Amino acid sequence: MAAAPAAAGDPKAGELIYSRCLACHALAYDRTGPRHCGLFGRRAGGVEGFEYSQAMQGSKIVWSGKTLDRFLANPLQSVPGTAMGYAGVTDPKERADLIAYLKQANASPQCEQSTGHSCRTR
Amino acid sequence: MSFLILGNAPNMPEARRAFLGKSGLLLSGAAVALLAGREALAAKGSQSTAADARILNTALGAELEAIAAYQVGAESGLLQKPVLDLAVTFQGHHKEHAELLAKTIAKLGGKPVSAKARYSFPTETLKTQADVLRFAATLEKGAVSAYLGAVPVFGNRDLVKAAASILGDEAMHWAILRNALGEVPVPSAFVS
Repeated sequence: MAAAPAAAGDPKAGELIYSRCLACHALAYDRTGPRHCGLFGRRAGGVEGFEYSQAMQGSKIVWSGKTLDRFLANPLQSVPGTAMGYAGVTDPKERADLIAYLKQANASPQCEQSTGHSCRTR
Repeated sequence: MSFLILGNAPNMPEARRAFLGKSGLLLSGAAVALLAGREALAAKGSQSTAADARILNTALGAELEAIAAYQVGAESGLLQKPVLDLAVTFQGHHKEHAELLAKTIAKLGGKPVSAKARYSFPTETLKTQADVLRFAATLEKGAVSAYLGAVPVFGNRDLVKAAASILGDEAMHWAILRNALGEVPVPSAFVS
């Protein structure tokens, strides 16, 4: 079932939601999950050198607010076989806040410095 | 800064030796109990089993990273007793988690991931003991959220008990680290 589109989110509230992601992700470097700097416009599976699941590499997703909203609602249903074994952020408002935070973070100096690393787009 | 004083804290040489890493730990009694009689683990449909093994492998990757992170913390020279002893204990717990997860993945017919040759940690931001504790607390809180997110999606409900048990341990780590930082150890009634 497609996720209902969410209203514009609050990045400050989204930063608190992002703390859930910090088990596996960081903004500026790869961990168990890939970095989130350079996320918007990046093809899923697109961080050079990161070991993605075949499912994510073959998903043909290009990350945007809309595709992130759909994925984060239910990662395992959205991309069956993804390594992101996580129930998802089921609340649309929380997803909107999280995506707003990620957009803000991507425009921040921390991400501007780190996106010198190569990544695959399109 | 107040925190629980550990009883029977290991002496410094032992602590250092513990940090130098013991692979092939024997499973604790609790971990054995979690896996006991789980011959049915591998008997489920292969798609569901493969999915469960993937979830566990992601958790294992995070546990291996936590082990490495505590190693960096100990070797930074920034942690003083008894905080160093606390970190040794918590690293030991993560080693037990990793051992259980690896054995469970193998039981499911999967291949457990290995520790990376190199991890990226924000070491340039770790200048004080408090910085190290805060970094560790962030990782532990993230781990609580990750296991909370994993528990609903296991196909085999037998795995939920083990994951929830680990989640409980990570939550205790988080609370103790918050307390060591002088923060309210349990800030809310619910965690997400």
